[in-house]
Amino acid sequence: MKIAITSTGETLDSPVDPRFGRAAWFIIVDSDSMEFEAIANDNVGAAGGAGISSAKVVIDAGAEAVLTGNCGPNAHRSLAAGGVKVYTGAAGTVKEAVEKFNSGELTAADGPSVGSHFGTGI
Amino acid sequence: MADSFVIAVASGKGGTGKTTVATNLALLISRAGKKVQYVDCDVEEPNGHIFLKPAIEKTEAVTVAVPQVELDKCTGCGKCGEICQYSAIVAFKKNVLTFEQLCHSCGGCMLVCPTNAIKEKQKEIGSIDHGSADSVGFVQGRLQIGDVRSPALIRQVRQRTAAEGTVIIDAPPGTSCPVIEAVKGVDFVLLVTEPTPFGLNDLMLAVGMVRELKLPFAVVINRSDVGDDKVRQYCRAEEIDVALEIPDDRRIAEAYSRGDMVIDVLGEYQKHFADLAEHIEGKVYAQRGL
Repeated sequence: MKIAITSTGETLDSPVDPRFGRAAWFIIVDSDSMEFEAIANDNVGAAGGAGISSAKVVIDAGAEAVLTGNCGPNAHRSLAAGGVKVYTGAAGTVKEAVEKFNSGELTAADGPSVGSHFGTGI
Repeated sequence: MADSFVIAVASGKGGTGKTTVATNLALLISRAGKKVQYVDCDVEEPNGHIFLKPAIEKTEAVTVAVPQVELDKCTGCGKCGEICQYSAIVAFKKNVLTFEQLCHSCGGCMLVCPTNAIKEKQKEIGSIDHGSADSVGFVQGRLQIGDVRSPALIRQVRQRTAAEGTVIIDAPPGTSCPVIEAVKGVDFVLLVTEPTPFGLNDLMLAVGMVRELKLPFAVVINRSDVGDDKVRQYCRAEEIDVALEIPDDRRIAEAYSRGDMVIDVLGEYQKHFADLAEHIEGKVYAQRGL
């Protein structure tokens, strides 16, 4: 299946970006073949609504799951509407996060892990 | 005699004394026998009422329009989400979500929807109180806790200002959208600052704002004998009128902490505020060629 991992860089060896809406990159990985594409996130500097717009990006990319550090309420509601499962608490490199996901070590989050504006640093 | 004009009391930095200046100026003008209205546009935390102690006669709810989607009419085209600049509406195929807190009520989503699946509904964001304190007319906006749309509420408050007499607007601090909404189109702006590095930095931002808006203005320096001389140097260099200096007087702080008016407690300030009112009137009339 296709999964989206928030990343600070554009490779599988890049560290996971702990933020969802304002992550630098989305790595869209086929969890079986490990084939991937990197999508630069235009919402990094959005004035508002970054989580919602970012949810749209990963849903349009066809991802069925998101692996990230934290996910706020608006992003979580948007991803749920698009039928995407959210796994928070991902860390290490993108590749390590996918491996943990494949071995069932990550559990889907029922709700947002942080409040609004977590990723803005204020 | 047509002597109606609108004065906004603003500042870059918070806590410089906007409300002290605005409420005392309003009370002084009313005691001079003139018609005056105090309008609290600091809708996130209006506090002029603490000093003027008005009797509230009427409270009205303020609403803004937000979209409501009829999903059975939706084709899932996604045009509503594409036009929205604030991600307040977003379509995941036929699953359309709205985020009312982010909506700026532009109506764009309704215009672009090809099947008229989006209707307007009213969402309450706050309220406006009307009343009076002695002969000072009193209006204040109060934003609901948790809401962020202060500009929309301030716009509504501004529409309730009196058509005649002097209107004194107590603006929110800062230089962003809520402040612009509170000061745009007024006849005169008083920028209250203090002689500190923060005071100067934020005064410079506020001066940039009023110049951009082409509004005539003057500066009030509060606690004028603390800090340094850089605010005065800046005003001199920029040829900015310093209309009043209020010293750092413990008696003012004590009056403030009790919710008393400075002009009631310290008689000499009646003259200072009367001079300030006259100074501003002179400037506004000169501008109007009167």
